[in-house]
Order: sequence, then structure tokens, then C-alpha cells
Amino acid sequence: MNRVGIIFKKPFSLGLLFLALILFATAPFYVQPYLVILLTSVFMYIIITVSWTIFSGPTHYISLASAAFFGVGVYTSALLGKAFPLPVVIIAGSLISFVLALCIGLLTLRLRGMYFIIFTFSISELMRNFLLWWETTMTGTVGRWVVMVEHVTVYYVILVIFVMVLLTAYLIRRSRFGLALRSIGEQEEAATHIGINTTVVKTITFAISAFFMGATGAIMATKWKYIDPRIAFDPLLSFMPVLMAIFGGTGQLFGPVFGAAIFAYLEEILTTKFPYYYMLLFGSILIVVILFLPHGMVGLVQKWWGGGLNRKNANS
Amino acid sequence: MRVFTSVLDVVIGGLIMGGIYALIAVGLGLQYGVGRVLNVSHGEFIMIGAFATWSLYTLLGVSPLVSLILCGPVLFIIGFLIHRTLFQYLRGKSESAGAFADSSLLASFGLLFIIQNLALLIWKADIRGYSYLNSSVSIFGAIFAANRLVALLFAVVISLVFYVFLTRTRLGKAIRAAAEDPVTAQVMGVNIHRVLAICFGLGALMAGFAGPLISMIYEIQPTMGLEYTIIAIIVVVLGGLGSITGSLIGGFILGLIGSVVTYFDPGLSLIAYYVIFILLLLIRPTGILGK
Repeated sequence: MNRVGIIFKKPFSLGLLFLALILFATAPFYVQPYLVILLTSVFMYIIITVSWTIFSGPTHYISLASAAFFGVGVYTSALLGKAFPLPVVIIAGSLISFVLALCIGLLTLRLRGMYFIIFTFSISELMRNFLLWWETTMTGTVGRWVVMVEHVTVYYVILVIFVMVLLTAYLIRRSRFGLALRSIGEQEEAATHIGINTTVVKTITFAISAFFMGATGAIMATKWKYIDPRIAFDPLLSFMPVLMAIFGGTGQLFGPVFGAAIFAYLEEILTTKFPYYYMLLFGSILIVVILFLPHGMVGLVQKWWGGGLNRKNANS
Repeated sequence: MRVFTSVLDVVIGGLIMGGIYALIAVGLGLQYGVGRVLNVSHGEFIMIGAFATWSLYTLLGVSPLVSLILCGPVLFIIGFLIHRTLFQYLRGKSESAGAFADSSLLASFGLLFIIQNLALLIWKADIRGYSYLNSSVSIFGAIFAANRLVALLFAVVISLVFYVFLTRTRLGKAIRAAAEDPVTAQVMGVNIHRVLAICFGLGALMAGFAGPLISMIYEIQPTMGLEYTIIAIIVVVLGGLGSITGSLIGGFILGLIGSVVTYFDPGLSLIAYYVIFILLLLIRPTGILGK
């Protein structure tokens, strides 16, 4: 019975994914422009959350440096946008983030637990404060204008990055590399003893996750037109993916996707009218999830699902 | 002579900042060092203290020093209750100490968002301030507002009283035992849940003392908390996690550094703190007095 389920399930869910992709790819042709913009920001959060989960999910190293990598992408776009075509700018943004993450990784992945968390947070805040100081005292203007790109183009770029990040996350999970990451999360000493070069594995994964954040920052800058260090390195960009991933559940690939989608939508509809209530809700949900849903929404659904199956099996 | 007054200016300014840093760091250090809760909402408790003082002063004319005596105990009770409900439940549920450290950090982020946005709803996002004891006092030619010197005096006295409490009383001893080894402390008859909740409450108490002092000398706004939390974390790591004496010394060191940097360029002080912090984590994460 179960085997039939698995054999049947795989092509079915693949087909469903493919259908969803076609729907999203053709969306600009039949939905309102507003919806395209909404989808763009929902995808942005999904990308950041999924790429955060690529590294922090299996290893349990909670990184609060997402804003740093995103901001680097944003500033690359602001500096290079006028001189180079869009694809070059985006690739440059992601590569600079990638290299930055490699450097941070090599320096800091020896730090663990709390030290790692506050270190990543301080790196991101240092960059924000330094840029603020630099822009006000050296260049004289806090903000910068970015070359604008049409909303539909932004949407397609975001969609491509989204597909890439999902594929990467999926492939890493399935590979020996993903297994190595999980064993680091379970017990780092043991992972070293069975011959995993933990520093290399952690650093590369950290850099891969930064790569996508940089790409997203580079393209989102062109949507915002005007940027300053407070927008580019907003600390909320570091906190959000953590909450979204934990809310959705980091155990499954689709956990962070659902978590980010729900929150991004909530933010979009609430943040303009009731910004304080949105953040209030955000904080309350965070506490409720941590208290009662250690495996996130997807974990909860699976538990109900699994519970139902077990009961059926017990009866038969 | 001019050089002398400048130096005095910087040193006393640094001590004033340092006194407040020490106060808030001792609170955070207690919550993390004993209870293993890295309370990122620490700054929000400071903010509540500051705004309560501002409201009482501007609406009812209550002296900030009276508010200080009110805010501390009220926040102690709130902190105690938060630990008894939220963190105690999390602690019981967590599989390991590391898991508890992570989940309590995230829960305190939740608290941060809740408290900050409630404050934004009540007090709006404006920057506030009031003048109290604003007359100037001259010390060997360097001129200071009286309120800053009063703040320094209070910060030092509160820190010293707290230090004596921790080293000389039975409860202080129980707290130090729990910091050293919670399981053994429990075996020796320490009511660990009560002690941990008291520690969290004491951290909030310190924030409740620091808030009114900060509102006396600096401008305040509902989003100010995170900056103070970060400074407190830096000081705690600088002094060595779990060392109260370290936090006190670290506070004054950071205050002096901040004062020197501010003398040259006020915009660089926060940047200097981060640079020091990052170097510290890379070179000597155990801090000055850490083991």
C-alpha cells in the first residue's frame, strides 16, 4: 500500500511543480500588474529564506548575516548598474556576496552557538553603520539612485533565481554533501572523526547561501530605485528568514517556502496600513511557534497526516 | 591647561557612559551567564523604563529619581513572571542546553518585537526628551550637566550594591552556584527554577534602573532598545561571559573607548564598538576575565 503511494506520489508532485512553474511563468500575461509586484516580493522572501535554510537548517548554525549579503548585492547594483547590463550586475552581486561569505566563513566558522549568532549579526550591523558613516561624511548623500528596470523583468529574474535556489537546495539535500551537513548539525566532532572536512563543507555551503542572497539584493535594488544603507542592510532582513523558516519548519524543503510565502503575503497586506500591528503579530507568532511547534507548520501537518495513517494501519 | 580639560572631559564623559554600560551589561550578563537566555529584548526593558520615566515626568511632574525606584521593582516582577512562564517552559522542553540557548534567543526576539511595537503604538515613533537637573557643574575647568553626574553616581552605587548582594548574601551565593553548575546546585538544595527566574528578574531590574538614568541624559525613542542590547552584549563578551566583575570593568572600558572615539567623530563610536567586538570574538572570545 505504502509502496504504491510512493511510486504514485513522485510523478504526481513533479507534475504539480511543473504546472505551478508554468502558471507563474505566464502570470504577467493575465494577472494585474499589482499582483506581479506582490509575487515578486513574496518570491524575494522565499529565496532569502530557502537560501538561509540551505546552510542554517541542517547545521543548526543560526546565521544573522542575511542582511549583509543582501545589502552587498544591493550596493553592487547601485554602483555598477549604470555601466553594465543587468545580467552582469546580478552575477557580480552574487559573486561578491559569495566571496564575502567565504571570507567570513573561514574566519568565523570555528565559533559556535551563541558566538556565531552574535558574530554574524555584528558583521551585518558593522557594514550598515560603516556605510552610513561613509555616505554621510565622505560622499555627502546618504542614499543612491539605482537604474530602474521594468517590473516584469524584475519578476522574471526573481523567478529564475527562485527556481535555481529550489533546485540547489533540493540537490544539496539529496547529495552526500547534504548528508555531511546534517551530520555536522547532529554532532560536529563525530563528523570530523568520520573524515568530513567540516570547515570546507560549512564554508562552501555558507557561501552558496550568500550567493543567492546577493543575487536577490542586486535585482531588488533595481525595483526600489532609491536605496540607502538602512534599506539595504535592514536588520529585519536577517531576522525574517529565521522566523519564516522556523515557522514553516526547516526539516522539509517546502517548510521554508510555505513559511516565507505566508509571512510575505501577510506583510504585504498589513505593513502599509498597520505596520506596528504586523510586527506585533510577527513577534507573537514567533513565540507561539517556538513554544508549541518545534517542527513548524509542515511538521504539524505531517504529524496529523502521519497520525491519520498510523490509525488506519492499526485498524486494518 | 586646554589639553588637560579636554582629557578630563573625555575621561569623565567616558566614565558616565561606562557607568550606564556597566549597569545594563550586568543585567544581561546575569540573564545569560546564569539562565543561558541571551535576552535580546533587554534593551526593550530599558526603553520601557525610559518612557515610563518620561511620561511620569512630563504628565505628572514625578522626579526621574523617584521613577527609578518605581521602575526597577515593577520590571523585576514582569521579568520574573516572563521567566516563570515562557523560559521555564522552554527550558523543560528543550533536549539540550544548546537547543535551549537557540530557542530562548528566538523567543526573546519575539519579546523584542512585541514590546517595541506596543511601545510604538502607545508613545508613537517620535524622539523624546526632557530637561532635568540641567545646571552645569564645573570639575577642574571641564563643564558637565548635573544630571550626567547624578546618573554616574547612581550607576556606580547600584552596581556596588548589586555586587555586594551577589557576593555576601545567601541568595547571591545560590545564584553564583547556579551559574557554576545548575544540576549540582539543585542537588545541594537550590530551588533552580526560582533562582533562574530571580536572575531574569534582576536583569530586568537593572534595565529598569538604567532606563530612567538614560532618559535623564539622552534623547529616547521606542526603537532605541536594540542599540543598548548590542552594547550590553559587547560589554558582556568583553568582560568574559558569566563574570559580573568582568561586566563592570568591561562597561567602563567600553565607555572610555566610546568617549575617546566620540571626541574625534561621534558617528564612529558604534562602528568602533563593532570592530572591537569582532576582533575580540576572533582573538579572545573568552574576554578579559573569562576562563
